Amino acid sequence: MAMYNIPGSVTTPVPGATPAKAGEVVEQGDGVRTARTVAEVMAQSQAGDVLDELDRELVGLAPVKARIRDIAALLVIDRLRMNQGLQAQTPSLHMSFTGNPGTGKTTVALRMAQILHRLGYIRKGHLVAVTRDDLVGQYVGHTAPKTREVLKKAMGGVLFIDEAYYLYRPDNERDYGQEAIEILMQVMENNRDDLVVILAGYGDRMETFFQSNPGMRSRIAHHLEFPDFAEGELLRIAEMMLEQQNYRFGPGARETFQEYIAHRIRQPQFANARSVRNALDRARLRQASRLFANPDKELTVDDLSTIESPDIRASRVFDLGAAATPNN
Amino acid sequence: MMTNPTGRLTQGQFSFLPDLTDAEIALQIEYGLKKGYAWAVEYTDDPHPRNTYWEMFGMPMFDLNDAAGVMLELKSCRDTFPTHYIRLVAFDSTRGVETIAMSFIVNRPPVEPGFGLVRQETNGRTMRYTIRGYEAERAEGERYRK
Repeated sequence: MAMYNIPGSVTTPVPGATPAKAGEVVEQGDGVRTARTVAEVMAQSQAGDVLDELDRELVGLAPVKARIRDIAALLVIDRLRMNQGLQAQTPSLHMSFTGNPGTGKTTVALRMAQILHRLGYIRKGHLVAVTRDDLVGQYVGHTAPKTREVLKKAMGGVLFIDEAYYLYRPDNERDYGQEAIEILMQVMENNRDDLVVILAGYGDRMETFFQSNPGMRSRIAHHLEFPDFAEGELLRIAEMMLEQQNYRFGPGARETFQEYIAHRIRQPQFANARSVRNALDRARLRQASRLFANPDKELTVDDLSTIESPDIRASRVFDLGAAATPNN
Repeated sequence: MMTNPTGRLTQGQFSFLPDLTDAEIALQIEYGLKKGYAWAVEYTDDPHPRNTYWEMFGMPMFDLNDAAGVMLELKSCRDTFPTHYIRLVAFDSTRGVETIAMSFIVNRPPVEPGFGLVRQETNGRTMRYTIRGYEAERAEGERYRK
């Protein structure tokens, strides 16, 4: 039909658009042998690096990591199937992340975008993080274009909807959130190859959200539960955070921080890793004013990068903790 | 027109080529996105080789990363105006450029009757020539209907 080919239109076929016939050996355009083993796919996609990084840099979260490994395995096997000319239907990868505050939902979502990109499931690998405000409009007819615009920006990557349960407000039946949910579901269904939607929120509220939107629940294949961190895990998170910022615990400071975590974990509004980060930020403030109080002292690298035990001990949490347990 | 005897509207890029397939359109969009252009969808049923003022369908699309977003918008425009001319335009917002950098037709009416030559007699034996689309005789919105 076409009289001639437009340059560029033949040399780079869309990946997966032309599956080979069964049993046929496919040579890729640049002469690379088509992958036949898991290791080859992993090497070509470098997904293994991301998975290792995930293991190394994220503390705890065992069930989440296990599920991510499962998904990665499926995508690798699908790639191998496609290379052999077998049917490989693109799986639905929409996810919901539920868990308490500070359990790493956003961090994992960011990693998820990288992993899916390396495995060739999404084309660009960027993450668009939005909340209700970015999707729901102010007046009639405002919501649809607004939601569509966000969806278009997220195409080729991951759309991360934080605190997704706010989209549905049962107390107001004329709320525009429902409209956004409907558009979202439609695109999740029709453009499954183009974007991955991740809904995140606190467990109990997401449960009510899914109960009132059963269509949404059935369109999400992976429900990931983020467990709370144990005390030891929080301590390791603290150490990694300090390391990233070129700080370290001075003598005895590690034990003091351990004690701090034990107190803090029992107090209200404990937000896991986020609380740890805030505590460290405050400790850095105290360290700075401690050094500041001594203007004539020559400060070494050690002085500047060490968080001492008193910097942590000064926290109000210890007073509250002592008040709560009189025998301490 | 004399240079294009088929009656097809020729305007923007690729208009002398056979129609682009969706995969080819996506590749062009991808190229523009890599250059940092913002795509927009425009349509008209009043074609003329020099009519550059088309209606925009929806908003121009800034901050996109992937062609799928533009294709989604193009699809909804095709659903709304199946027999109109539709084109994609790419806006280059670089300071000092700030203009359309790419533009090509992605949808045409099933039948394009073409353009007729209009002769106007003026002073003495002078003739003036212009062209007029046959479909432009009909009212807006009723053109290119079967």
